[in-house]
Amino acid sequence: MSLEVKTNVAPSKPKVMTMKRLKRKEKIEGWLFVLPFVISALVFFIGPLLVAFMLSFKEYSYLDMVSMFEAPWVGLSNYINAFKDSTFLRALLNTTLYSLGVVPIQLFIALVLALIVDSDIKGKTFFRVAYYIPTVTSTVAVSVMFLFIFKSDGVLNKILSFFNLPPYNWFGDTRLALPTIMMMAIWSSVGLYMVIFLAGLQDIPSSLYEAARIDGANKLQEVLYITIPLLKPTIFFNLVVSLIGTFQVFDQAFVVSNGTGGPLDSTMTVVLYLYKTGFRDFQMGYASAIAFILFAIIFILTLIQRKFFGEETEF
Amino acid sequence: MQKGFKISKVIFYLVLIGYAIICLGPFLWSFITSFKPTSEINNFNIDFKTLSAKNYIFLWKEFPFARWVFNSIYVALIVTLGNILFNSMAGYALARINFPGKKALFLAILGMMMVPGQVVMVPTFILLSKLGWVNTYKGLTIPFLTSLFGIFLMRQFFTTIPKAIEESAMIDGLSRFGIFFRIVLPLARPALSTQFILMFTGNWNSFLWPSLLAQSEEMYTLPVGLNSFYGQYYQFWDQVLAGVMILSIPSILIFLIFQKNFIKGIATTGLKE
Repeated sequence: MSLEVKTNVAPSKPKVMTMKRLKRKEKIEGWLFVLPFVISALVFFIGPLLVAFMLSFKEYSYLDMVSMFEAPWVGLSNYINAFKDSTFLRALLNTTLYSLGVVPIQLFIALVLALIVDSDIKGKTFFRVAYYIPTVTSTVAVSVMFLFIFKSDGVLNKILSFFNLPPYNWFGDTRLALPTIMMMAIWSSVGLYMVIFLAGLQDIPSSLYEAARIDGANKLQEVLYITIPLLKPTIFFNLVVSLIGTFQVFDQAFVVSNGTGGPLDSTMTVVLYLYKTGFRDFQMGYASAIAFILFAIIFILTLIQRKFFGEETEF
Repeated sequence: MQKGFKISKVIFYLVLIGYAIICLGPFLWSFITSFKPTSEINNFNIDFKTLSAKNYIFLWKEFPFARWVFNSIYVALIVTLGNILFNSMAGYALARINFPGKKALFLAILGMMMVPGQVVMVPTFILLSKLGWVNTYKGLTIPFLTSLFGIFLMRQFFTTIPKAIEESAMIDGLSRFGIFFRIVLPLARPALSTQFILMFTGNWNSFLWPSLLAQSEEMYTLPVGLNSFYGQYYQFWDQVLAGVMILSIPSILIFLIFQKNFIKGIATTGLKE
């Protein structure tokens, strides 16, 4: 911008030429800077996305002798079959229950911890780091660790026995397996949402709190009438990120059930089922249809986010 | 009044310490167990005389853990460096350079961020197997060298640094690439270290793609290797948990080293909006 101003100050001919050249150079440079990304996105994202859309209307197996372009079209039957497939419906139900359980609990814990850590206490850094450590740990490592702690003769049941509670078969019981994975997910991602809440809390001007204190408000009132309303954008951001993330749950369910979604499909999730149909049964057309159903769900969740945020604050 | 204030302080500390125990307890218990002999794993007392590093030595010598550690470091480093370079370049162009199609490209990035990665899993796998990249380092790294979220993060950051610095460098005759590498990138250190943590730990911990792409034992990354080791030796909890530690300690260390910049980076890159 200011370069153009300069040309007005000294509009000698050769200089204008250089400016034109600079402008043209800028166009080329812009594309050079984004080129690695654009190539990568075309080859590994846009192309596969179009192919996946095509496959979702075909019956195709990776092991077929014909190429995927010659594979027979089957219209909408992959999509229709998905909604008649009791395992898929179970996976959808499990994933929804998982999401409805994990999202509110993890955001509530994250918000409470963020508020306390942000207040006037000692050892802030230690607590922040401690709470974030589960988030940087591999979900595979976390799953194996929980399998150890939650095993029927493990340390958790031992602790429960001190309180005269009976031992549970956490991962083996069809009613408990999914809730146990939910606990694991909450444990391992509270730190992430706490950090984002902390970042949001820094933006609330302290003058508001001072004014409230002069008016005689107590801590609880400050939180309810100042912090929560002003933190709304961050709360909604976390809500949507967490909803989208929970609908893509895979690692924990895979490790805990050894890739089967068991016991009796009680830990089968949408992405685990997608993995199973695509890469165990090689029904790649069907797997693509499942992928687009997942996409549709996440897309709707994102639209809901936009409703709350309004266009301009979306990103 | 004064007394009520103190009681709330006590409750605060109880909550904080309680949750810290919930967070760190499983790690500590697993860490201790990984030094125990197999016969002691169900013993809830710690007999310090029996603790030893033999499980780690055993995993290192008798199982391909050393190879898996190498694979994980190699893959995570290439992917992280690629992301840092390419995401910064793209983010910089989107924030600063005027080129035709810039707005459309940015909108496309926002749109693509809505698509869950699993949607492209099947065709990408077919593509990689046609290229002969399945079970190779190429397949584990090249498709993952850029990230939509990383580009978004860098663009947000670059819009916050003052333009005047670049303009004076341009008048001094520095080329666009010179400005980018010598002036802009050094200024972007907080954003870059945030990106480093996110990309390195994300790739180090990544499980779904490597479990598809690494098919033979010598190509496994640590999460894939640990999952397969657990599947076979799940009774030997002392050894399995030593594997858990080998997998989790490096990413925790990376986080501890960069954590100071991390929270600052999150706060300044607009991740929260």
